[in-house]
Amino acid sequence: MARITASVYTSHVPAIGAALDLGKTDEPYWQPVFGGYEFSKQWMKDQRPDVVFLVYNDHATAFSLDLIPTFAIGTAARYQPADEGWGPRPVPVVQGHPELASHIAQSVIQQDFDLTIVNKMDVDHGLTVPLSLMCGQQDPQKGAWPCPVIPFAVNVVQYPVPSGRRCFQLGQAIRRAVESYDEDLNVHIWGTGGMSHQLQGPRAGLINKDFDNRFLDLLETDPAAAAAIPHIDYVREAGSEGIELVMWLIARGAMADVAGGPRPRVAHRFYHVPASNTAVGHLILENT
Amino acid sequence: MALDKPYRDVPGTTIFDAEQSRQGYWLNQFCMSLMKAANRERFKKDERAYLDEWAMTEAQKQAVLARDLNRCIALGGNIYFLAKIGATDGKSFQQMAGSMTGMTEEEYRNMMIRGGRSVEGNRYIGEDGDAQAHRQPQGSGRTA
Repeated sequence: MARITASVYTSHVPAIGAALDLGKTDEPYWQPVFGGYEFSKQWMKDQRPDVVFLVYNDHATAFSLDLIPTFAIGTAARYQPADEGWGPRPVPVVQGHPELASHIAQSVIQQDFDLTIVNKMDVDHGLTVPLSLMCGQQDPQKGAWPCPVIPFAVNVVQYPVPSGRRCFQLGQAIRRAVESYDEDLNVHIWGTGGMSHQLQGPRAGLINKDFDNRFLDLLETDPAAAAAIPHIDYVREAGSEGIELVMWLIARGAMADVAGGPRPRVAHRFYHVPASNTAVGHLILENT
Repeated sequence: MALDKPYRDVPGTTIFDAEQSRQGYWLNQFCMSLMKAANRERFKKDERAYLDEWAMTEAQKQAVLARDLNRCIALGGNIYFLAKIGATDGKSFQQMAGSMTGMTEEEYRNMMIRGGRSVEGNRYIGEDGDAQAHRQPQGSGRTA
């Protein structure tokens, strides 16, 4: 059967993508950011996942105000990198996994989560920046991402976004869905976005290292407590866009300990301020 | 019964909820159109004429022409949509975010390098942090 063996958590700042694409990774400003992912790139090569289930948010790219799905699962065979206004990022097309994605969609909906099924969409920096950080740079034509990806988009743009508790429960449903798939597949689940940041108004630039590090601690040892954090605490403490952190709870809910298994092993933890407007947080947990 | 909006007392922050979204629908959809290169060209050639193709209010159009992002947000704009205007202008997210504080680009960048804006005094309206209304604009914008 298919199994979730690990979860990965990372910010998905657009400027990180731009720094990669423009060859700025060795600049003093960016070097500490990319240094934090050196371990992770090797870890990806060693782990060789068959599929990555990638939780992210669309930033007014595939979904305008015409349609605002709370949870959307991509069941397509491939996804084009989007033109977000700067032209598309020079990265490979993202290959999907329609069979597993459709299976998860059916199973999770039968577990009372009303997913939107998406058969056609472009993917923005929310999805491609984590891939670049974890897999390194790839030639857009000759290169390829190491495995198929199932995009899972969460509305964190128009309030109210789903609660941390709901996201945590959804992760548990996703784990059950994956484990009911017959083929032996090594599946990773990634939660992206965050950490503290605010992109708007006179409070733009807010960073809260204490909140972020406490959140990372809770994610390691007491995810149910992290899932109990209400929306207003993210807004007040971690900035209006810090609310993206609810997406990390989907990945965390899919880990074995939440279903009574052993506590995951912390393979890697990294935190750095700033990348553009944002605090970069990164965590890798392995099921043992 | 009124909706629960506990986020109204956070200084310098507008939460993009259903009410803001309804008000800003056409403003944000105009921004969306700038994801197509041909539309970016048409907008840059004659901004006013391009804006007049959209069912936006005059106040929204003026806010876009002035690139007053705080005003755009007050009128229902959302930063992820408004970012398409910045992209059309060749501005980074950091330049856009900084423009809403009154700081120069360099002042804002330096604040981020020093660890960002502190949450102290900026949790509730009525405290004395740098994001509070009585301390706007910030940086050299204050004396300009």
